[in-house]
Amino acid sequence: MEEILARALKAADEAEVFVTSAIETPVQFETNRLKHIQTKQSRMVTLRVIKNGKTGYATTTRTDDVGELVDNAVATAEFGQKAEFHFPDRKRFPKLEIYDPAIEKVTLEQMKQLGDEMIAAVTEYSPEVLCEAGVTKVICELGILNSRGGKASFRQTVFALGIEGQLIRGTDMLFVGDHASSCSPILDSKAITRTVVEQLRLAKRQATVTTMPMPVIFTPDGVASALILPLMSAFNGKTVLEGASPIGGKLGQKVFDANLTLWDDPFIPDRPGSRPCDDEGVPCQRTALVMKGVVNQFLYDLQTAGRAKTKSTGNGRRGMGGLPSPSINALIVEGGKTSFKDMVKDIKEGLVVEQLMGAGQGNVLGGDFSGNVLLGFKIENGKIVGRVKDTMVSGNVYQLLKDITAIGSDSKWVGGALRTPSLYISNVSVASR
Amino acid sequence: MSEIQTAAEQLAELIKKQRADYIEAHLDENHVSSISYRGRQLESIGKNTSVGGNVRALVKGGWGFVSFNDLANLKEKVALAVRQARFVGKETSELAEIKPVVDNVQPKIKEDPQKISLHAKKQLLDEYSEAIWSTAGIQTSIIGYGDSHRKTIFLSSAGSFISQERADVTMRVAAVAAKDGQVQQAGLSTGSRDDFKPIRHLHKQVAELAQRSVDILSAPVIKGGQYTVVLDPILAGVFVHEAFGHLSESDFVYENPQLRELMTLGKTFGAPILNIVDSASRPGLRGSFKYDDEGVRSTKTYLIKEGKLVGRLHSRETAARMGEKPTGNARAINYRHAPIVRMTNTCIEPGDCSFEDMIADIKEGVYCKNWYGGTTSMEMFTFSSGEAYMIRNGKIAETLRPVVLTGNVFNTLMNIDAIGNDLDMNQGGGCGKGGQSPLPVSNGSPHIRIKDCLVGGK
Repeated sequence: MEEILARALKAADEAEVFVTSAIETPVQFETNRLKHIQTKQSRMVTLRVIKNGKTGYATTTRTDDVGELVDNAVATAEFGQKAEFHFPDRKRFPKLEIYDPAIEKVTLEQMKQLGDEMIAAVTEYSPEVLCEAGVTKVICELGILNSRGGKASFRQTVFALGIEGQLIRGTDMLFVGDHASSCSPILDSKAITRTVVEQLRLAKRQATVTTMPMPVIFTPDGVASALILPLMSAFNGKTVLEGASPIGGKLGQKVFDANLTLWDDPFIPDRPGSRPCDDEGVPCQRTALVMKGVVNQFLYDLQTAGRAKTKSTGNGRRGMGGLPSPSINALIVEGGKTSFKDMVKDIKEGLVVEQLMGAGQGNVLGGDFSGNVLLGFKIENGKIVGRVKDTMVSGNVYQLLKDITAIGSDSKWVGGALRTPSLYISNVSVASR
Repeated sequence: MSEIQTAAEQLAELIKKQRADYIEAHLDENHVSSISYRGRQLESIGKNTSVGGNVRALVKGGWGFVSFNDLANLKEKVALAVRQARFVGKETSELAEIKPVVDNVQPKIKEDPQKISLHAKKQLLDEYSEAIWSTAGIQTSIIGYGDSHRKTIFLSSAGSFISQERADVTMRVAAVAAKDGQVQQAGLSTGSRDDFKPIRHLHKQVAELAQRSVDILSAPVIKGGQYTVVLDPILAGVFVHEAFGHLSESDFVYENPQLRELMTLGKTFGAPILNIVDSASRPGLRGSFKYDDEGVRSTKTYLIKEGKLVGRLHSRETAARMGEKPTGNARAINYRHAPIVRMTNTCIEPGDCSFEDMIADIKEGVYCKNWYGGTTSMEMFTFSSGEAYMIRNGKIAETLRPVVLTGNVFNTLMNIDAIGNDLDMNQGGGCGKGGQSPLPVSNGSPHIRIKDCLVGGK
């Protein structure tokens, strides 16, 4: 890294070297048995330079060709955008528990056993289900070095388990599934398989829905598949700066239900979304995005913060080889007091949405969503009576989150970077054939 | 000699010495340029180089796979892949027979994107940006351009050694309009294989989409429910890809007795006017190639002929296990992934209905054009239009907010009752499956009409 930085500084005014490397080991099961084991090693170097006040960058996977990397970065700086920031100098970072050496010791045999256990638990309940399962461990490392003395590095481990089952009868297909992740090994898969068995149980019967507005409970997975994507872009400081965020001008105003509080929290121990600093070497922080319905803060990286005349919130994240862009570290929807059971009890005729398919393909910026209920259940007179099909749920996230009937006490991690309870919303548009 | 050529030759020797039922390796060298704009501002401009490879081994039906971008210690990597495969394998290996091939496929590049300077590319995008911003009511715009030049080498323990090269170009332009807290957008996705030219001269389309984003702000949202819908060639192409194409990928089917039953060849899936084909051997499209990532020669595969299921897409393993011929559809987006069964260029073949005749007897329906995206769970699919208009009494009527269509593939294919004569291929697509996205594909269709399609709305 020092060598790349030194060579870059001969051709540019300021420079930053960003290196990530990872070893991933996915163990994959198909049709109820082990099918693939993979080992994926990767390393990538990104060089960002500032020359004559403009930013350029280049990435490479090669370790031998520093010259080409520097040339490419400097060449793009000629056309690059005006740099409205300085690289951070040396900072102090919080100590976080996100690396567990126990991950390295988990054997292929143990990973195979976890997959076999999950499949056995699901097929024991329902022998016709065909399962795909995955058990994955990841060890990654990140390093940053810049020309203003800034320096950061950390290691992280991730362990992930998941299972998806499909049950086909004639042309009818049912998909169920659950997953979990942590920075430490998850050696007990029962929580996952319990959820899947419950889904299978509830889906045994089918129910029909009439086309009309009705109350809907979005489970944590339902919230993730229907409501989250628009919020991710709306709180992005860049969307705000462009005036394309529907809440951009509403800092300090009450836009959401008074019971809704949203955090970006990168400090929760053992979570894959947690990290001491962002991909620019800025210390991460815990940020309240929405406080009791009031819009509190947007997310920034260095460049966007510079343009918006504010400070980076430590949310500069890079995709594979890109420039940093503001992005949520771990979104937390604060839990409420109502149990899932009580929500169901409260509904005369309504829906439980577990998975909504295709909700992210509409006018995400505007908050509109519309999706097909891939997994969902009908509620009649306070009871779940069966699975629904051929049903669309549509709405606008901002309208729905203005008036939330109840927030669940059943918070759950969905993937590595979202924790949310169930949300019960009274008046949602539902269409069915 | 290039770095990956040297590594490939080493690997060719190494895999001979290992005991496995089959071993293959892929080497990959990719050069990418990308330029993006958010609003009037140039957001990023960059150049990426990546080099890497993988080894995949098959032992008793179990696969081991090792990917790397460090080309040292290849011997250990081969041994690890074999060890992993041996840990997995408990059955028998089955792969459809193919003849080993040694070939070096040179691309037929017309206007090479790599030879156009960043300056010239930026200038063109500046023009598009200006075309958007000269429209009144625009809040912001997003432009993403990328070109890649990828060289791959495939080699196998059966003696294949195939080098292929291709240039891929993509561009997405979106205009965002806002008024009174409402935000709407309109977009254009396009792409090209081995030629920069299709990316030029889009000024008129870009200006139109900018105006459209402003217009739909004041357009009404459709009332949700069932409608007769007419899809334009672009959206119908997305439909055939999502709704049917994924279902014909045999890796979903080959070990699933119920799905095999459902997908029995000869079964009726649609009216006799319906013909669906996937073909990587048709040159010049984004899903075109000579050999797939298992070294199988590309083909043209009829999936549906005169309404009946007649074929499906295969890797060597799915073909062998189903007792069918390989179709050359095993593809990987890059060296970090093992090849899986994918589509290439998929389309509904043209019929003889004119657009006017197609809408003439629709009393109340929806004309859907252009696309945002689509996804499928095999049985159910959803896809979203970029534009929508009511059809009233055989005429195109008021503009609507874009709509999301959903349905059950089996009913919906049966409900296609008119196929146009105006086939057009959409090059702007990227397909995602099994964590591998976006894979260059194209899809297309003429205009089609579908009865009783579920449309999401108020």
